[in-house]
Amino acid sequence: MTEFIGDLARFPFLQYALLAGFLVSIACGIMGSYVVARRISYIAGAIAHSVLGGMGAARYGEVVFGLSWFHPLLGAIAAALISALVIGLVSLRAREREDTVIGAVWAIGMAVGILFIFKTPGYNENLMSYLFGNILMVSREDLWLTAGLNLLILVTGLVFYRQFLAVCFDEEFVLLRGLKVQAYYLLLLSLIAFTVVLLVSVVGIIMVIALLTLPAATASYFSRRLWHMMGLSVIFSILFTSGGLALSYAPGLPAGATIIIFAGIVYLLVAAVSSALGGRRFIA
Amino acid sequence: MSKRAAMNETRYSGPVVELKHVSFAYQGTPVLDDVSLIVDHRDFLSVVGPNGGGKTTILKLILGLIKPAKGTVRLFGASPENTRHRIGYMPQYASLDPLFPVSVLDVVLMGRLGQGMSLWGYSRSDRRCAEEALEKVEMAPLRDRPFFQLSGGQFQRVLLARALVSNPDLLLLDEPTSNVDVAIETGLYELLHRLNEQLTIILVTHDLGFVSRYVNKVACVNRRLLTHPTCEITGEMISAIYGSHVHMIRHDAKERDRISHD
Repeated sequence: MTEFIGDLARFPFLQYALLAGFLVSIACGIMGSYVVARRISYIAGAIAHSVLGGMGAARYGEVVFGLSWFHPLLGAIAAALISALVIGLVSLRAREREDTVIGAVWAIGMAVGILFIFKTPGYNENLMSYLFGNILMVSREDLWLTAGLNLLILVTGLVFYRQFLAVCFDEEFVLLRGLKVQAYYLLLLSLIAFTVVLLVSVVGIIMVIALLTLPAATASYFSRRLWHMMGLSVIFSILFTSGGLALSYAPGLPAGATIIIFAGIVYLLVAAVSSALGGRRFIA
Repeated sequence: MSKRAAMNETRYSGPVVELKHVSFAYQGTPVLDDVSLIVDHRDFLSVVGPNGGGKTTILKLILGLIKPAKGTVRLFGASPENTRHRIGYMPQYASLDPLFPVSVLDVVLMGRLGQGMSLWGYSRSDRRCAEEALEKVEMAPLRDRPFFQLSGGQFQRVLLARALVSNPDLLLLDEPTSNVDVAIETGLYELLHRLNEQLTIILVTHDLGFVSRYVNKVACVNRRLLTHPTCEITGEMISAIYGSHVHMIRHDAKERDRISHD
């Protein structure tokens, strides 16, 4: 820990990593609260895994066709948005087979990614960082992109707070009040897709659901209202990302996995204490 | 809402709900068969019938959530999609997530959505209306209570306040007394009885006997629909609807009240 703090002043890559953790925590806390409250973490999981398809395609285009503008992050955003809209439309139109479609998007996205990565010439060091994240590789440009996406999520997520809250709580009632429920739901899923892309750079595709849901799930034990939950999960998320980063540094552990284990332990402790007290919540 | 639409709302004096020869089927299975129903201004209608008999289908038709295969549904003389904002709807308790992080006031404010919304947050008049609705159902002191800390009866009252906060002309309630004990049930019906002085009320329930003190019409639905004035609920009618293996118990509401207060 002391080694981490000492090196933090010297190495810009550590400062970038810490800053990236801070930035994604804002989007993660807000959108993660919607995900947990609405109980759609499996949708977030499918979106996250489908991102591999987009990243693989972008990398392939970059290497084989020299499309230098086709940054893997752009591919990731495209794949995440397409998956979010496909799942959203299916769940709004034909409810009974929603889980099958989610599973299909999940697996097909990964399969597409693996094919592209397999066919991309050269050494595929990227695959591991896509899957498990690499917060220490975050560059200055990445930070700007992160900040921009973050601002978009923050502003939209807060401006439509009333509508999103109502749609998540009781879709049918909102429809009867004359609001465009489908549009709001798809917008919400798109924002979740953007958030997933942000989190992929920190913990990788496989562990995104955990980082998206664990801070919000932990916060839910201390919150009586959705915006309380959002504020608290931003704080938990900052704690988990920076704490995990610091803990992983000296022993040279992978940062993404350390962050998730830290978050998981805190969540399980809070859940265990709550259930030992008869399922109570810690609200003043 | 445009001025003209608002004028039409005040001028209309026909039936609140009108179903004419309506049939509906879910994937080939007929649920409603040639059903007609008229609900007039200030009626208190109870829709009763066995599970799967078509109660919920009637409710969804009135709300314009589904369209009839045959026949017509009119709400305030127009197509339900255009007039359903005049309904205050109270869904079934079980359809909501009891762990959802919302306060009582948050839930009631949802009833103000879609009414000349401001860009950012709820307006002061939204909040005032929500406070008033909470006072009507005697839940104002619990406005900041989270939803998951409410009892079944309090939960129902909050949902009723949310239905009332948009100043509806028709109150539509789906099984409002599931999950509550008898004393609370009586309180709820007395509250509805008072609201009925201004509002038309349609209530879907499987609870036959208890409602009869307050409602003025009963619609019995089991694929077909029969309407009766309440005084005519007889054992024959019940067995015609539910089948013959029903034991009829005479409830004396007053006596039940006293017992439950002891």
